[in-house]
Amino acid sequence: MSGPGSGGAYSFSLTTFSPSGKLVQIEHALAAVSGGTTSLGIKATNGIVLATEKKSPSLLLDTSALEKVAPICPNIGFVYSGMGPDFRLLVSKARKIAQAYWKVYGEYPPTKVLVQEVAGVMQKATQSGGVRPYGISLLIAGWDSHRGQSLWQIDPSGSYWAWKASAIGKNMVNAKTFLEKRYNDDLSLEDAIHTALLTLKEGFEGQMTEQTIEIGVVTVPTAEQMAEKPGERLPATFRKLTENEVKDYLSL
Amino acid sequence: MELNGGSVVAMIGKDCVAIASDLRLGNQAVGVASNFDKVFPVNDKLYYGLPGLATDVYTLKEHLRFRVNMYRMKEEREITPKTFTHLVSSTLYEKRFGPFFIEPVVAGLPTATELDPHPKPFISTMDTIGCITTPKDFAVAGTAQDKLYGVAEGLWEPDLEPEDLFETISQTLLNAVDRDALSGWGAVVHIITHKEVITRTLRARMD
Repeated sequence: MSGPGSGGAYSFSLTTFSPSGKLVQIEHALAAVSGGTTSLGIKATNGIVLATEKKSPSLLLDTSALEKVAPICPNIGFVYSGMGPDFRLLVSKARKIAQAYWKVYGEYPPTKVLVQEVAGVMQKATQSGGVRPYGISLLIAGWDSHRGQSLWQIDPSGSYWAWKASAIGKNMVNAKTFLEKRYNDDLSLEDAIHTALLTLKEGFEGQMTEQTIEIGVVTVPTAEQMAEKPGERLPATFRKLTENEVKDYLSL
Repeated sequence: MELNGGSVVAMIGKDCVAIASDLRLGNQAVGVASNFDKVFPVNDKLYYGLPGLATDVYTLKEHLRFRVNMYRMKEEREITPKTFTHLVSSTLYEKRFGPFFIEPVVAGLPTATELDPHPKPFISTMDTIGCITTPKDFAVAGTAQDKLYGVAEGLWEPDLEPEDLFETISQTLLNAVDRDALSGWGAVVHIITHKEVITRTLRARMD
């Protein structure tokens, strides 16, 4: 099994169990996530906020071309910590999954359903030959008429669970402690955005400006907005804040 | 489509819907069964009718049962009439170049939600490859389709109470199928309200 020609113990699947019951590659993937820039999400009574650092190693980088908060379909958005290229791939797959759902049911998937599908994609990479797990954790925020607004996290193992507020990445321990103190079930979206910015600021290295952070929000629609108007699309419930909007929030 | 015969009609009333079908199964001119039901429940607020080729009636019914069960387990909720309509439509379009010979009719009452506390009763129909129509009054399909259009147009009016809707849809069905050689041999009507579903078998001409 460990002979020179056979490729060793990992020649079929990188995620072979260790004697202690761990999957070592997933542990390593989690380490890759913890080395990534911090991201967080906070659920409010009337929406959700997703926020992330957009740190660049050099002043010469054009960060406006980088997208860390990504819309998947009009009611769901993703943010990540970990390896950027893996995120881009999962965003692409998630968008296709959402469109495939739309093609069958004529509506976009509820958040939980999309989370389950994407988690399934990530899990496949932990039980297949010749692949490695995805080096990212995802924070997913969405709204659907069944559950309302919901915030989820998916880890490289494919486990997912719902949060009221959470953080992932480099500063997650401090950020989560900070959030635990400040979170309450009555936060409004405005409060949540404010809290998110404060939390990000805690561990921020360098200047926090509208160019070094990205924010996405889910807003809960009113009954009027969700009424069917012939020939018109339903309004999106997830959107990214523009740089100017972020600037306004930062100046508060 | 003219092998087995059969027709379905659905109508909208005041906070209720009705869906009805005949009970005939034939082999062209020869009548074979007078208990061939063509209307099936998804749940107690959503029914659908499948007039057309009998073998496809069974196949589609079972296929849809599978899809709805998977939906119910995955989404942890009942499917809505509109979503179910889209599901049937995409199922039919999957067989675009070798279709099911069925023109489904869907009738249901959406459940009230926070965002939509007073949902309108829902009916829809589609062609054999899934082109959806969502009429505001009635939906017809089957070998007696043209006759059903005529009688329904004459008898239907908006905001009929469940008991009146029952009379209207029954007369529509009975008189239309009596003019069609391939439909008839009995009839069943389902009236769906928020409280209950009332299913009645009509005394029809058995010729």
